[in-house]
Amino acid sequence: MWLKTIILLLLLSSAAGMSSLTGAPANALDSARERELTHLVRQDCGSCHGMTLKGGLGGPLLPESLVDLESESIASIILGGVPGKPMPPWEGQLSEEDAMWIAKNLKEGFPQ
Amino acid sequence: MKRRDFLKSSALGAAAATISVPAAACAKGPRGTGDLAVIVERATGSVLIADTTAREILTRVEGLGDLSHASAVYSRDARYAYIFGRDGGLTKLDILEGAVVKRVLQAGNAIGGAISDDGQLVAVSNYEPGGVRVFDAATLEPVADIPAAYGADKQSKTVGLVDTPGRRFVFTLYDAGEIWIADFSEEGPPKIERHTGIGELPYDALITGDGRHYIAGLFGEDGLTHVDLWEERPQPRRILSGYGKGEKKLPVYKMPHLEGWAHAGGKFLLPAVGRYELLVMDATSFEEVGRIGVHGQPIFAVARPDGRQAWVNFAHPRNDTIQVVDMPSLKIVHEFKPGPAALHMEFTPRGHEVWLSVRDSNEVHVYDTQTFARRAVLSAQSPSGIFMTARAHRIGL
Repeated sequence: MWLKTIILLLLLSSAAGMSSLTGAPANALDSARERELTHLVRQDCGSCHGMTLKGGLGGPLLPESLVDLESESIASIILGGVPGKPMPPWEGQLSEEDAMWIAKNLKEGFPQ
Repeated sequence: MKRRDFLKSSALGAAAATISVPAAACAKGPRGTGDLAVIVERATGSVLIADTTAREILTRVEGLGDLSHASAVYSRDARYAYIFGRDGGLTKLDILEGAVVKRVLQAGNAIGGAISDDGQLVAVSNYEPGGVRVFDAATLEPVADIPAAYGADKQSKTVGLVDTPGRRFVFTLYDAGEIWIADFSEEGPPKIERHTGIGELPYDALITGDGRHYIAGLFGEDGLTHVDLWEERPQPRRILSGYGKGEKKLPVYKMPHLEGWAHAGGKFLLPAVGRYELLVMDATSFEEVGRIGVHGQPIFAVARPDGRQAWVNFAHPRNDTIQVVDMPSLKIVHEFKPGPAALHMEFTPRGHEVWLSVRDSNEVHVYDTQTFARRAVLSAQSPSGIFMTARAHRIGL
């Protein structure tokens, strides 16, 4: 019992530590999911937007090309797609947290 | 490049990479190129040169820039590969020496290219600035710039660029919905024939192996556009219009590629857009004659060179699976899971084996197409397109 409590406390404290560093909510993604999303964005979003995200058939996703869009708007485009354009809705593949993490990181300069 | 330098650079390449590459087998002495292939490593800006008889990697060549969505065409002697990178890089590669001959950055963002029937002109399809640029295949010096201008002052992204007999190139304007034919048969600037109103958001195109039929896929509507280049005055015609009328489309997480569209036994197999289906089209009437339900959104449906089978792969998130269609019966006769992101296939020239990139397991697999047995697994970094030298001798590749 005490062991479980300690583990729980450790988990809570490490989550709190992370959130104070990144400003992310306590239910932020774990690092394994972040790696999966990084791979997905570079490789799969990259098939239209370019692996370096400077654009292809789809537009560029670099910080300077996204200055006019709030993270929330980018996340809603990711989840809902763009009707009439090839951008598909990723809802069902990605959660809201996933989409917000991608949107924020696109605006800041996406990790490699 | 001198042989000593080549050995040095390939040794450095092997040391820098995480996989070991055997010392340059191409330096052993005279050899042909007929069984060689170039494999694009999309994430590392490198290509592998492979021997498809020995089923081994000969060497790795680095420094080719951004190779996401890269493709290649070959010189007539099948010694030089022209690699088209996403970043507008055009690289002439000597596959016997395993060395870059010349590299130019010809645009900001590019999607692919083609080589003229006489082997003298290399054309590149560009997104930024939109249009097509044409280069001397020997020197990579510019020959012609064809901005794909439309509207008041816009330039369209171009897609589906192919060569066709008579020193001509055909390509499609994604933003403008037009098909252009550029004729370089005479000295001086090319003659351009514009066809407008060919449909909404044409995303890629193919040309049949005889160089006669050019077919553009449309993303913005259910249908395709066909141009018979043998007609006195070629006219675009809509085909398979409304193939999915009234049906709800599924999300398309990766655009289908049309270059590999299977054309066999008097039929085409075409990936439907937004449907887990292949459309079967009669190759004479261009009418739909059936559909085949498949595992996911098809990306490539590629006919084995004899036309007996077509191999099909799929978009994310179903891209770990391959299905094989028997063309006479139009039945799926084999299905297997080579691994995550099995996105590119290339048949050996007479189809006894198929090479398959499994991007997310960093492997290239070789399969026997009669028994479906796996013959080899080769290491590669995020492999994508595989281009065998037999393409040198085929129209539209």
